[in-house]
Amino acid sequence: MAHFEKATSIHDWLNQRLAVDAVNRVMMTEYWIPKNINFLWAMGMVLVITFAMLLVSGIFLLMYYQPNVDTAFYSVNYTIMREVDFGWLWRHVHGVAASVVFLIIYIHMFTGIYYGSYKKGREMIWISGMLLFVAFSAEAFSGYMLPWGQMSYWAGMVITNLFAGGSLHADGLVEWIRGDYVPAQAFLTRFFMLHVLLIPLAIMGLIGLHFAALRIPHVNNQDGDEIDFDVEAKKYLDGDKAGSKVMRFANDFMSKDMMVVGFYLVFFFYLVFYHYGFAMDPVNFDPADGLKTPAHIYPEWYFLWSYEILRPFPFDVGLIAFAFAQVIFTLLPFLDKSPNSVPANRRGPFAIWFWVMIVNLIVLTAMGKLPPEGIFNYIGFVSAVLFIVQWLALPFITKLEKKV
Amino acid sequence: MENNSRRGFMGIAFGAVAGIGAVGSLYAMKKSWDPLPSVKAAGFTTLDMTIYNENELVVEKWRGKPIFVLKKTADMVAKQDDDMKARDIVVDGSHYMVCIGLCTHLGCIPAYNADNEGFVCACHGGEFDYAGFVRKSPPGRGFDIPPFTIKGTTLVLGEAGPEFTDMKANAVTL
Repeated sequence: MAHFEKATSIHDWLNQRLAVDAVNRVMMTEYWIPKNINFLWAMGMVLVITFAMLLVSGIFLLMYYQPNVDTAFYSVNYTIMREVDFGWLWRHVHGVAASVVFLIIYIHMFTGIYYGSYKKGREMIWISGMLLFVAFSAEAFSGYMLPWGQMSYWAGMVITNLFAGGSLHADGLVEWIRGDYVPAQAFLTRFFMLHVLLIPLAIMGLIGLHFAALRIPHVNNQDGDEIDFDVEAKKYLDGDKAGSKVMRFANDFMSKDMMVVGFYLVFFFYLVFYHYGFAMDPVNFDPADGLKTPAHIYPEWYFLWSYEILRPFPFDVGLIAFAFAQVIFTLLPFLDKSPNSVPANRRGPFAIWFWVMIVNLIVLTAMGKLPPEGIFNYIGFVSAVLFIVQWLALPFITKLEKKV
Repeated sequence: MENNSRRGFMGIAFGAVAGIGAVGSLYAMKKSWDPLPSVKAAGFTTLDMTIYNENELVVEKWRGKPIFVLKKTADMVAKQDDDMKARDIVVDGSHYMVCIGLCTHLGCIPAYNADNEGFVCACHGGEFDYAGFVRKSPPGRGFDIPPFTIKGTTLVLGEAGPEFTDMKANAVTL
Protein backbone atom coordinates (compact mmCIF):
# COMPACT_ATOMS: atom_id res chain seq x y z
CA MET A 1 0.00 0.00 0.00
CA ALA A 2 1.11 3.53 -0.70
CA HIS A 3 2.54 5.45 2.22
CA PHE A 4 0.44 8.23 3.78
CA GLU A 5 1.44 10.59 6.59
CA LYS A 6 -0.70 12.48 9.05
CA ALA A 7 -1.91 15.53 7.18
CA THR A 8 -0.90 18.98 8.36
CA SER A 9 -3.83 20.72 6.65
CA ILE A 10 -6.85 20.03 4.47
CA HIS A 11 -4.75 21.03 1.50
CA ASP A 12 -2.05 18.55 2.48
CA TRP A 13 -4.68 15.86 3.10
CA LEU A 14 -6.06 16.35 -0.42
CA ASN A 15 -2.61 16.67 -1.91
CA GLN A 16 -1.57 13.27 -0.58
CA ARG A 17 -4.67 11.66 -2.06
CA LEU A 18 -5.35 13.63 -5.24
CA ALA A 19 -2.04 15.37 -5.98
CA VAL A 20 -3.88 18.67 -6.29
CA ASP A 21 -0.64 20.67 -6.48
CA ALA A 22 0.65 18.61 -9.39
CA VAL A 23 -2.69 18.87 -11.18
CA ASN A 24 -2.78 22.62 -10.64
CA ARG A 25 0.76 22.94 -11.97
CA VAL A 26 0.17 20.83 -15.07
CA MET A 27 -3.23 22.28 -15.94
CA MET A 28 -2.88 25.87 -14.82
CA THR A 29 0.30 27.49 -13.56
CA GLU A 30 2.73 25.67 -15.85
CA TYR A 31 0.53 25.43 -18.89
CA TRP A 32 2.33 27.89 -21.14
CA ILE A 33 0.70 30.46 -23.39
CA PRO A 34 2.59 32.69 -25.87
CA LYS A 35 2.65 36.37 -24.97
CA ASN A 36 2.03 37.63 -28.51
CA ILE A 37 -1.66 36.92 -28.80
CA ASN A 38 -4.69 39.21 -28.93
CA PHE A 39 -8.29 39.23 -27.71
CA LEU A 40 -9.31 36.74 -30.43
CA TRP A 41 -7.50 34.08 -28.42
CA ALA A 42 -10.09 34.50 -25.67
CA MET A 43 -12.90 33.04 -27.80
CA GLY A 44 -12.27 29.54 -26.44
CA MET A 45 -12.98 30.74 -22.92
CA VAL A 46 -15.99 32.72 -24.16
CA LEU A 47 -17.32 29.49 -25.68
CA VAL A 48 -16.76 27.56 -22.45
CA ILE A 49 -18.71 30.21 -20.54
CA THR A 50 -21.50 30.22 -23.15
CA PHE A 51 -21.74 26.44 -23.02
CA ALA A 52 -21.98 26.62 -19.23
CA MET A 53 -24.86 29.12 -19.54
CA LEU A 54 -26.62 26.82 -22.03
CA LEU A 55 -26.24 23.94 -19.61
CA VAL A 56 -27.55 25.81 -16.58
CA SER A 57 -30.48 27.46 -18.38
CA GLY A 58 -31.24 24.10 -20.04
CA ILE A 59 -31.45 22.37 -16.67
CA PHE A 60 -34.08 24.85 -15.51
CA LEU A 61 -36.08 24.58 -18.75
CA LEU A 62 -35.96 20.80 -18.43
CA MET A 63 -37.90 20.96 -15.16
CA TYR A 64 -41.05 22.29 -16.86
CA TYR A 65 -40.73 21.32 -20.52
CA GLN A 66 -43.01 18.42 -21.66
CA PRO A 67 -41.85 16.41 -24.69
CA ASN A 68 -45.37 15.63 -25.90
CA VAL A 69 -46.87 16.84 -29.19
CA ASP A 70 -50.04 18.01 -27.44
CA THR A 71 -48.41 19.85 -24.55
CA ALA A 72 -44.89 20.82 -25.67
CA PHE A 73 -45.91 24.15 -27.23
CA TYR A 74 -47.87 25.27 -24.17
CA SER A 75 -45.31 24.01 -21.68
CA VAL A 76 -42.86 26.43 -23.32
CA ASN A 77 -45.07 29.36 -24.23
CA TYR A 78 -47.42 29.27 -21.26
CA THR A 79 -45.90 27.35 -18.35
CA ILE A 80 -42.30 28.45 -18.73
CA MET A 81 -42.96 31.93 -20.07
CA ARG A 82 -45.89 32.94 -17.86
CA GLU A 83 -46.14 30.71 -14.83
CA VAL A 84 -42.59 29.86 -13.80
CA ASP A 85 -40.89 32.69 -11.92
CA PHE A 86 -37.97 33.81 -14.09
CA GLY A 87 -38.89 31.10 -16.61
CA TRP A 88 -38.54 33.76 -19.32
CA LEU A 89 -34.97 34.37 -18.16
CA TRP A 90 -33.91 30.74 -18.70
CA ARG A 91 -35.65 30.58 -22.04
CA HIS A 92 -34.16 33.81 -23.32
CA VAL A 93 -30.68 32.95 -22.01
CA HIS A 94 -30.99 29.55 -23.70
CA GLY A 95 -32.26 30.94 -27.00
CA VAL A 96 -29.83 33.86 -27.18
CA ALA A 97 -26.87 31.68 -26.14
CA ALA A 98 -27.78 29.08 -28.78
CA SER A 99 -27.60 31.80 -31.42
CA VAL A 100 -24.59 33.71 -30.07
CA VAL A 101 -22.58 30.53 -29.54
CA PHE A 102 -22.48 30.16 -33.33
CA LEU A 103 -21.30 33.75 -33.77
CA ILE A 104 -18.40 33.02 -31.41
CA ILE A 105 -17.72 29.64 -33.05
CA TYR A 106 -17.44 31.38 -36.43
CA ILE A 107 -15.09 34.03 -35.01
CA HIS A 108 -13.06 31.26 -33.34
CA MET A 109 -12.92 29.29 -36.62
CA PHE A 110 -11.92 32.20 -38.81
CA THR A 111 -9.32 33.32 -36.28
CA GLY A 112 -7.84 29.83 -36.67
CA ILE A 113 -7.96 30.06 -40.45
CA TYR A 114 -6.46 33.56 -40.57
CA TYR A 115 -3.51 32.73 -38.31
CA GLY A 116 -2.91 29.24 -39.77
CA SER A 117 -3.66 27.54 -36.47
CA TYR A 118 -4.64 24.26 -38.14
CA LYS A 119 -1.16 23.40 -39.43
CA LYS A 120 2.15 21.96 -38.26
CA GLY A 121 0.94 19.63 -35.53
CA ARG A 122 -2.28 21.53 -34.85
CA GLU A 123 -4.39 19.42 -37.26
CA MET A 124 -6.17 17.54 -34.46
CA ILE A 125 -7.16 20.82 -32.82
CA TRP A 126 -8.84 21.82 -36.07
CA ILE A 127 -10.49 18.45 -36.68
CA SER A 128 -11.81 18.11 -33.12
CA GLY A 129 -13.05 21.70 -33.42
CA MET A 130 -14.94 20.88 -36.60
CA LEU A 131 -16.45 17.81 -34.90
CA LEU A 132 -17.60 20.18 -32.17
CA PHE A 133 -19.15 22.40 -34.83
CA VAL A 134 -21.08 19.39 -36.19
CA ALA A 135 -22.17 18.40 -32.67
CA PHE A 136 -23.28 21.97 -31.89
CA SER A 137 -25.21 22.07 -35.18
CA ALA A 138 -27.01 18.84 -34.27
CA GLU A 139 -27.65 20.21 -30.79
CA ALA A 140 -29.09 23.44 -32.21
CA PHE A 141 -31.31 21.57 -34.65
CA SER A 142 -32.65 19.08 -32.11
CA GLY A 143 -33.29 21.90 -29.64
CA TYR A 144 -35.15 23.86 -32.31
CA MET A 145 -37.65 20.98 -32.55
CA LEU A 146 -38.67 21.11 -28.92
CA PRO A 147 -41.07 24.11 -28.73
CA TRP A 148 -43.07 22.28 -31.45
CA GLY A 149 -44.10 25.42 -33.28
CA GLN A 150 -44.54 25.78 -37.03
CA MET A 151 -40.85 26.38 -37.70
CA SER A 152 -39.88 23.46 -35.46
CA TYR A 153 -42.17 21.12 -37.33
CA TRP A 154 -41.28 22.23 -40.84
CA ALA A 155 -37.56 22.49 -40.18
CA GLY A 156 -37.82 18.93 -38.86
CA MET A 157 -39.66 17.85 -41.99
CA VAL A 158 -37.22 19.51 -44.39
CA ILE A 159 -33.99 18.49 -42.67
CA THR A 160 -34.98 14.84 -42.12
CA ASN A 161 -36.03 14.69 -45.79
CA LEU A 162 -32.41 15.46 -46.73
CA PHE A 163 -31.59 11.93 -45.56
CA ALA A 164 -33.64 10.48 -48.42
CA GLY A 165 -30.60 11.40 -50.53
CA GLY A 166 -32.50 13.03 -53.41
CA SER A 167 -33.00 10.57 -56.24
CA LEU A 168 -31.93 7.69 -54.01
CA HIS A 169 -35.41 7.94 -52.41
CA ALA A 170 -34.29 6.39 -49.15
CA ASP A 171 -37.75 7.10 -47.68
CA GLY A 172 -37.39 4.11 -45.37
CA LEU A 173 -34.36 5.77 -43.79
CA VAL A 174 -36.29 9.01 -43.30
CA GLU A 175 -39.20 7.14 -41.67
CA TRP A 176 -36.71 5.29 -39.48
CA ILE A 177 -35.14 8.54 -38.30
CA ARG A 178 -38.59 9.99 -37.56
CA GLY A 179 -40.18 6.84 -36.17
CA ASP A 180 -43.25 7.83 -38.18
CA TYR A 181 -44.28 8.88 -41.69
CA VAL A 182 -44.12 12.50 -40.61
CA PRO A 183 -42.61 14.27 -37.58
CA ALA A 184 -44.89 13.20 -34.71
CA GLN A 185 -44.66 11.94 -31.14
CA ALA A 186 -41.83 9.44 -31.71
CA PHE A 187 -39.87 12.15 -33.52
CA LEU A 188 -40.31 14.72 -30.76
CA THR A 189 -39.36 12.32 -27.96
CA ARG A 190 -36.25 11.04 -29.69
CA PHE A 191 -35.01 14.51 -30.58
CA PHE A 192 -35.68 15.50 -26.98
CA MET A 193 -33.44 12.63 -25.88
CA LEU A 194 -30.75 13.66 -28.37
CA HIS A 195 -30.92 17.28 -27.26
CA VAL A 196 -30.75 16.75 -23.51
CA LEU A 197 -28.53 13.70 -23.25
CA LEU A 198 -26.72 12.09 -26.15
CA ILE A 199 -25.46 15.15 -28.02
CA PRO A 200 -24.48 17.08 -24.85
CA LEU A 201 -22.48 14.00 -23.78
CA ALA A 202 -20.77 13.96 -27.17
CA ILE A 203 -20.08 17.70 -26.91
CA MET A 204 -18.50 17.33 -23.49
CA GLY A 205 -16.33 14.46 -24.72
CA LEU A 206 -15.29 16.47 -27.76
CA ILE A 207 -14.44 19.51 -25.63
CA GLY A 208 -12.10 17.21 -23.68
CA LEU A 209 -10.53 16.03 -26.95
CA HIS A 210 -10.26 19.61 -28.23
CA PHE A 211 -8.35 20.69 -25.10
CA ALA A 212 -6.18 17.57 -25.18
CA ALA A 213 -5.31 18.25 -28.82
CA LEU A 214 -4.04 21.68 -27.74
CA ARG A 215 -1.73 20.28 -25.10
CA ILE A 216 1.27 19.17 -27.18
CA PRO A 217 1.36 21.73 -30.05
CA HIS A 218 0.28 24.57 -27.70
CA VAL A 219 -1.65 27.68 -28.65
CA ASN A 220 -0.59 29.44 -31.86
CA ASN A 221 0.43 33.10 -31.79
CA GLN A 222 -0.35 36.15 -33.89
CA ASP A 223 3.09 36.40 -35.53
CA GLY A 224 3.48 32.81 -36.76
CA ASP A 225 6.52 32.36 -34.43
CA GLU A 226 7.65 28.82 -33.84
CA ILE A 227 8.20 28.81 -30.08
CA ASP A 228 10.23 26.19 -28.21
CA PHE A 229 7.94 25.98 -25.21
CA ASP A 230 10.38 23.95 -23.07
CA VAL A 231 13.16 26.50 -23.46
CA GLU A 232 10.89 29.51 -22.95
CA ALA A 233 9.18 27.92 -19.94
CA LYS A 234 12.57 27.28 -18.34
CA LYS A 235 13.58 30.88 -18.98
CA TYR A 236 10.37 32.02 -17.27
CA LEU A 237 10.81 29.72 -14.28
CA ASP A 238 14.45 30.80 -13.91
CA GLY A 239 13.25 34.34 -13.34
CA ASP A 240 13.57 35.93 -16.80
CA LYS A 241 9.85 36.62 -17.08
CA ALA A 242 10.33 39.62 -19.38
CA GLY A 243 12.69 37.80 -21.73
CA SER A 244 10.57 34.67 -22.00
CA LYS A 245 8.12 34.44 -24.89
CA VAL A 246 5.54 32.63 -22.77
CA MET A 247 3.45 33.20 -19.68
CA ARG A 248 1.43 31.07 -17.28
CA PHE A 249 -2.10 30.12 -18.28
CA ALA A 250 -3.31 30.82 -14.76
CA ASN A 251 -3.56 33.36 -13.42
CA ASP A 252 -1.66 35.44 -15.96
CA PHE A 253 -3.40 34.66 -19.22
CA MET A 254 -6.68 33.81 -17.48
CA SER A 255 -6.94 37.35 -16.14
CA LYS A 256 -6.87 38.63 -19.74
CA ASP A 257 -9.27 35.90 -20.85
CA MET A 258 -11.78 36.74 -18.17
CA MET A 259 -11.53 40.45 -19.00
CA VAL A 260 -12.78 39.63 -22.52
CA VAL A 261 -15.40 37.31 -21.01
CA GLY A 262 -16.54 40.25 -18.87
CA PHE A 263 -17.11 42.48 -21.91
CA TYR A 264 -18.80 39.57 -23.68
CA LEU A 265 -21.19 38.93 -20.79
CA VAL A 266 -22.28 42.58 -20.75
CA PHE A 267 -23.05 42.31 -24.47
CA PHE A 268 -24.71 38.91 -23.97
CA PHE A 269 -27.06 40.02 -21.22
CA TYR A 270 -27.85 43.20 -23.11
CA LEU A 271 -29.19 40.87 -25.83
CA VAL A 272 -30.99 38.65 -23.32
CA PHE A 273 -32.79 41.56 -21.66
CA TYR A 274 -33.40 43.95 -24.54
CA HIS A 275 -32.89 42.19 -27.86
CA TYR A 276 -33.79 38.53 -27.41
CA GLY A 277 -36.24 38.76 -30.32
CA PHE A 278 -33.62 37.95 -32.96
CA ALA A 279 -33.31 34.46 -31.49
CA MET A 280 -37.10 33.86 -31.39
CA ASP A 281 -38.67 33.38 -34.80
CA PRO A 282 -42.22 34.81 -34.82
CA VAL A 283 -43.47 31.93 -37.01
CA ASN A 284 -42.53 29.50 -34.24
CA PHE A 285 -45.13 31.11 -32.00
CA ASP A 286 -47.80 29.24 -34.00
CA PRO A 287 -48.28 25.64 -32.86
CA ALA A 288 -47.06 22.93 -35.26
CA ASP A 289 -49.52 22.15 -38.07
CA GLY A 290 -48.66 19.32 -40.44
CA LEU A 291 -51.17 20.53 -43.02
CA LYS A 292 -49.94 24.10 -43.35
CA THR A 293 -46.46 25.04 -44.54
CA PRO A 294 -45.35 28.51 -43.46
CA ALA A 295 -45.07 30.85 -46.45
CA HIS A 296 -41.31 31.01 -46.21
CA ILE A 297 -39.13 28.43 -44.46
CA TYR A 298 -35.59 29.45 -43.56
CA PRO A 299 -33.18 28.21 -40.92
CA GLU A 300 -31.63 30.26 -38.14
CA TRP A 301 -28.98 32.74 -39.36
CA TYR A 302 -26.02 30.45 -38.62
CA PHE A 303 -27.21 27.78 -41.07
CA LEU A 304 -28.21 30.18 -43.86
CA TRP A 305 -24.91 30.01 -45.79
CA SER A 306 -25.02 26.22 -46.16
CA TYR A 307 -28.77 26.33 -46.87
CA GLU A 308 -28.10 28.76 -49.70
CA ILE A 309 -25.55 26.33 -51.16
CA LEU A 310 -28.29 23.68 -51.25
CA ARG A 311 -30.97 25.88 -52.72
CA PRO A 312 -30.04 27.29 -56.16
CA PHE A 313 -29.20 23.94 -57.82
CA PRO A 314 -31.36 21.08 -59.12
CA PHE A 315 -32.04 18.83 -56.16
CA ASP A 316 -29.38 16.12 -56.50
CA VAL A 317 -26.64 18.59 -57.41
CA GLY A 318 -27.74 20.81 -54.54
CA LEU A 319 -27.54 17.89 -52.14
CA ILE A 320 -24.00 17.09 -53.26
CA ALA A 321 -22.99 20.77 -53.00
CA PHE A 322 -24.52 20.87 -49.52
CA ALA A 323 -22.64 17.73 -48.42
CA PHE A 324 -19.46 19.25 -49.86
CA ALA A 325 -19.99 22.45 -47.86
CA GLN A 326 -20.55 20.44 -44.67
CA VAL A 327 -17.30 18.46 -44.79
CA ILE A 328 -14.90 20.70 -46.68
CA PHE A 329 -13.88 22.92 -43.74
CA THR A 330 -12.79 19.81 -41.86
CA LEU A 331 -10.29 18.97 -44.61
CA LEU A 332 -8.66 22.41 -44.48
CA PRO A 333 -5.34 21.23 -42.93
CA PHE A 334 -4.89 18.83 -45.85
CA LEU A 335 -6.05 21.19 -48.60
CA ASP A 336 -3.68 23.94 -47.52
CA LYS A 337 -0.41 22.83 -49.16
CA SER A 338 1.63 25.87 -48.13
CA PRO A 339 4.63 25.39 -45.81
CA ASN A 340 3.81 28.68 -44.05
CA SER A 341 1.83 28.88 -40.87
CA VAL A 342 1.80 32.63 -40.53
CA PRO A 343 -1.04 35.16 -40.53
CA ALA A 344 -2.91 35.37 -43.82
CA ASN A 345 -1.80 38.95 -44.52
CA ARG A 346 1.74 37.65 -45.07
CA ARG A 347 0.66 34.82 -47.37
CA GLY A 348 -0.12 36.71 -50.58
CA PRO A 349 -2.93 35.07 -52.59
CA PHE A 350 -4.18 33.22 -49.51
CA ALA A 351 -5.08 36.56 -47.92
CA ILE A 352 -7.32 37.29 -50.91
CA TRP A 353 -8.77 33.78 -50.69
CA PHE A 354 -9.53 34.33 -47.00
CA TRP A 355 -11.31 37.67 -47.37
CA VAL A 356 -13.25 36.55 -50.46
CA MET A 357 -14.39 33.51 -48.47
CA ILE A 358 -15.60 35.72 -45.59
CA VAL A 359 -17.45 38.14 -47.89
CA ASN A 360 -18.96 35.28 -49.88
CA LEU A 361 -20.23 33.55 -46.73
CA ILE A 362 -21.89 36.81 -45.71
CA VAL A 363 -23.50 37.10 -49.16
CA LEU A 364 -24.69 33.48 -48.97
CA THR A 365 -26.12 34.17 -45.51
CA ALA A 366 -28.04 37.19 -46.78
CA MET A 367 -29.35 35.35 -49.87
CA GLY A 368 -30.41 32.38 -47.74
CA LYS A 369 -32.74 34.64 -45.80
CA LEU A 370 -34.31 36.25 -48.87
CA PRO A 371 -37.07 34.56 -50.88
CA PRO A 372 -35.71 32.50 -53.82
CA GLU A 373 -36.85 34.87 -56.54
CA GLY A 374 -35.39 36.82 -59.44
CA ILE A 375 -32.00 38.45 -58.90
CA PHE A 376 -31.55 36.84 -55.45
CA ASN A 377 -31.75 33.41 -57.05
CA TYR A 378 -29.01 34.42 -59.45
CA ILE A 379 -26.71 35.98 -56.83
CA GLY A 380 -27.20 32.92 -54.62
CA PHE A 381 -26.26 30.65 -57.50
CA VAL A 382 -23.09 32.60 -58.32
CA SER A 383 -22.08 32.73 -54.65
CA ALA A 384 -22.64 28.99 -54.19
CA VAL A 385 -20.54 28.21 -57.26
CA LEU A 386 -17.83 30.62 -56.06
CA PHE A 387 -17.76 28.87 -52.67
CA ILE A 388 -17.12 25.50 -54.30
CA VAL A 389 -14.58 26.89 -56.78
CA GLN A 390 -12.69 28.60 -53.95
CA TRP A 391 -12.28 25.35 -52.08
CA LEU A 392 -11.29 23.41 -55.16
CA ALA A 393 -8.69 26.10 -55.95
CA LEU A 394 -7.23 26.18 -52.44
CA PRO A 395 -4.61 23.41 -52.91
CA PHE A 396 -3.31 25.11 -56.06
CA ILE A 397 -3.25 28.61 -54.57
CA THR A 398 -1.39 27.42 -51.49
CA LYS A 399 0.98 25.20 -53.49
CA LEU A 400 2.22 28.24 -55.42
CA GLU A 401 2.78 30.18 -52.22
CA LYS A 402 6.41 31.16 -51.55
CA LYS A 403 8.04 30.24 -48.27
CA VAL A 404 8.19 33.25 -45.98
CA MET B 1 5.51 -17.50 -24.30
CA GLU B 2 2.92 -19.82 -22.81
CA ASN B 3 1.45 -16.83 -21.00
CA ASN B 4 1.32 -14.82 -24.18
CA SER B 5 -0.60 -17.44 -26.12
CA ARG B 6 -2.99 -17.86 -23.19
CA ARG B 7 -3.59 -14.13 -23.04
CA GLY B 8 -3.92 -14.08 -26.78
CA PHE B 9 -6.58 -16.77 -26.57
CA MET B 10 -8.41 -14.90 -23.82
CA GLY B 11 -8.28 -11.79 -25.94
CA ILE B 12 -9.78 -13.55 -28.94
CA ALA B 13 -12.42 -15.23 -26.79
CA PHE B 14 -13.42 -11.93 -25.23
CA GLY B 15 -13.41 -10.25 -28.64
CA ALA B 16 -15.80 -12.90 -29.98
CA VAL B 17 -18.19 -12.56 -27.04
CA ALA B 18 -18.09 -8.76 -27.19
CA GLY B 19 -18.49 -8.79 -30.97
CA ILE B 20 -21.65 -10.92 -30.83
CA GLY B 21 -22.97 -8.68 -28.05
CA ALA B 22 -22.20 -5.55 -30.07
CA VAL B 23 -23.95 -6.83 -33.20
CA GLY B 24 -26.94 -7.93 -31.09
CA SER B 25 -27.25 -4.59 -29.34
CA LEU B 26 -26.89 -2.62 -32.58
CA TYR B 27 -29.73 -4.70 -34.03
CA ALA B 28 -31.90 -3.99 -30.97
CA MET B 29 -31.06 -0.27 -31.15
CA LYS B 30 -31.95 -0.13 -34.85
CA LYS B 31 -35.27 -1.88 -34.24
CA SER B 32 -36.10 0.40 -31.31
CA TRP B 33 -35.96 3.38 -33.67
CA ASP B 34 -38.40 1.77 -36.14
CA PRO B 35 -41.93 3.19 -36.48
CA LEU B 36 -44.22 1.48 -33.95
CA PRO B 37 -46.83 -1.08 -35.07
CA SER B 38 -49.60 1.30 -33.96
CA VAL B 39 -48.15 3.99 -36.22
CA LYS B 40 -48.01 1.61 -39.17
CA ALA B 41 -51.51 0.21 -38.55
CA ALA B 42 -53.20 3.63 -38.54
CA GLY B 43 -52.42 4.07 -42.21
CA PHE B 44 -55.78 4.00 -44.10
CA THR B 45 -58.02 6.89 -45.19
CA THR B 46 -61.31 6.59 -47.13
CA LEU B 47 -62.41 9.51 -49.33
CA ASP B 48 -65.95 10.06 -50.62
CA MET B 49 -65.22 11.28 -54.16
CA THR B 50 -68.69 12.74 -54.79
CA ILE B 51 -68.17 15.81 -52.61
CA TYR B 52 -65.47 17.62 -54.60
CA ASN B 53 -65.98 20.68 -56.83
CA GLU B 54 -64.17 21.13 -60.12
CA ASN B 55 -60.83 22.99 -60.13
CA GLU B 56 -60.99 23.48 -56.38
CA LEU B 57 -58.19 21.96 -54.36
CA VAL B 58 -59.13 20.06 -51.21
CA VAL B 59 -56.43 18.88 -48.80
CA GLU B 60 -57.16 15.58 -47.08
CA LYS B 61 -54.91 13.74 -44.62
CA TRP B 62 -53.31 10.31 -44.86
CA ARG B 63 -50.56 9.04 -42.55
CA GLY B 64 -50.10 12.55 -41.23
CA LYS B 65 -49.41 13.82 -44.73
CA PRO B 66 -51.54 16.23 -46.71
CA ILE B 67 -53.30 14.66 -49.73
CA PHE B 68 -54.21 16.94 -52.63
CA VAL B 69 -57.54 16.08 -54.25
CA LEU B 70 -58.29 18.09 -57.40
CA LYS B 71 -61.32 17.33 -59.56
CA LYS B 72 -60.45 18.32 -63.12
CA THR B 73 -62.75 20.31 -65.38
CA ALA B 74 -63.65 18.91 -68.83
CA ASP B 75 -61.36 21.52 -70.34
CA MET B 76 -58.43 20.47 -68.13
CA VAL B 77 -59.01 16.81 -69.03
CA ALA B 78 -59.20 17.62 -72.74
CA LYS B 79 -55.87 19.47 -72.91
CA GLN B 80 -53.86 16.79 -71.07
CA ASP B 81 -51.07 15.00 -72.92
CA ASP B 82 -50.52 11.24 -72.54
CA ASP B 83 -48.15 11.56 -69.57
CA MET B 84 -50.65 13.69 -67.72
CA LYS B 85 -53.50 11.28 -68.55
CA ALA B 86 -51.48 8.40 -67.10
CA ARG B 87 -51.70 10.10 -63.70
CA ASP B 88 -55.48 10.54 -63.79
CA ILE B 89 -57.54 8.67 -61.25
CA VAL B 90 -61.01 8.08 -62.69
CA VAL B 91 -63.82 7.48 -60.21
CA ASP B 92 -67.39 7.21 -61.47
CA GLY B 93 -66.52 8.95 -64.76
CA SER B 94 -64.83 11.98 -63.19
CA HIS B 95 -61.10 12.67 -63.47
CA TYR B 96 -59.08 13.50 -60.37
CA MET B 97 -55.56 14.32 -59.39
CA VAL B 98 -54.90 12.64 -56.04
CA CYS B 99 -51.36 13.16 -54.78
CA ILE B 100 -49.30 13.45 -51.65
CA GLY B 101 -49.27 17.22 -51.22
CA LEU B 102 -45.61 17.53 -50.37
CA CYS B 103 -43.07 19.11 -52.64
CA THR B 104 -40.72 16.34 -53.79
CA HIS B 105 -37.81 18.66 -53.12
CA LEU B 106 -37.86 18.92 -49.33
CA GLY B 107 -41.43 18.24 -48.31
CA CYS B 108 -43.06 21.66 -48.01
CA ILE B 109 -46.74 21.98 -48.98
CA PRO B 110 -47.16 23.88 -52.27
CA ALA B 111 -50.13 26.20 -52.73
CA TYR B 112 -52.66 25.83 -55.58
CA ASN B 113 -53.48 28.68 -57.89
CA ALA B 114 -56.77 27.90 -59.67
CA ASP B 115 -56.21 30.63 -62.29
CA ASN B 116 -53.04 29.20 -63.80
CA GLU B 117 -54.00 25.63 -62.80
CA GLY B 118 -50.71 24.96 -61.04
CA PHE B 119 -48.92 24.72 -57.71
CA VAL B 120 -46.12 26.88 -56.32
CA CYS B 121 -43.89 25.86 -53.43
CA ALA B 122 -42.89 28.82 -51.27
CA CYS B 123 -39.80 27.17 -49.84
CA HIS B 124 -37.54 26.95 -52.86
CA GLY B 125 -39.71 28.15 -55.71
CA GLY B 126 -40.65 24.77 -57.23
CA GLU B 127 -43.76 24.67 -59.47
CA PHE B 128 -46.14 21.84 -60.50
CA ASP B 129 -48.97 21.59 -63.03
CA TYR B 130 -52.49 20.31 -62.33
CA ALA B 131 -51.49 16.72 -63.09
CA GLY B 132 -48.69 16.98 -60.53
CA PHE B 133 -45.79 17.27 -62.98
CA VAL B 134 -42.87 19.60 -62.31
CA ARG B 135 -43.05 22.90 -64.19
CA LYS B 136 -39.98 24.42 -62.53
CA SER B 137 -37.16 22.78 -60.52
CA PRO B 138 -35.65 22.27 -57.86
CA PRO B 139 -38.11 19.35 -57.28
CA GLY B 140 -36.80 16.33 -59.14
CA ARG B 141 -40.11 14.57 -59.89
CA GLY B 142 -43.84 15.11 -59.88
CA PHE B 143 -46.00 14.70 -56.78
CA ASP B 144 -46.05 11.15 -55.46
CA ILE B 145 -49.37 9.28 -55.74
CA PRO B 146 -50.32 7.39 -52.56
CA PRO B 147 -51.31 3.70 -52.81
CA PHE B 148 -55.04 3.71 -53.55
CA THR B 149 -57.89 1.42 -54.50
CA ILE B 150 -61.22 2.45 -56.03
CA LYS B 151 -64.35 1.13 -54.30
CA GLY B 152 -67.51 2.40 -56.00
CA THR B 153 -67.55 6.17 -55.49
CA THR B 154 -64.95 6.05 -52.73
CA LEU B 155 -61.19 5.96 -52.79
CA VAL B 156 -59.24 4.07 -50.09
CA LEU B 157 -55.72 5.39 -49.48
CA GLY B 158 -53.07 3.03 -48.08
CA GLU B 159 -54.23 -0.02 -50.05
CA ALA B 160 -52.75 -0.73 -53.50
CA GLY B 161 -55.51 -1.54 -56.06
CA PRO B 162 -54.96 -2.64 -59.67
CA GLU B 163 -54.93 0.95 -61.03
CA PHE B 164 -52.20 1.93 -58.58
CA THR B 165 -50.21 -1.24 -59.28
CA ASP B 166 -50.32 -0.36 -63.00
CA MET B 167 -49.11 3.18 -62.31
CA LYS B 168 -46.25 1.84 -60.25
CA ALA B 169 -45.33 -0.74 -62.90
CA ASN B 170 -45.30 1.99 -65.58
CA ALA B 171 -43.16 4.23 -63.37
CA VAL B 172 -45.88 6.88 -63.24
CA THR B 173 -45.22 7.19 -59.51
CA LEU B 174 -42.75 5.80 -57.02
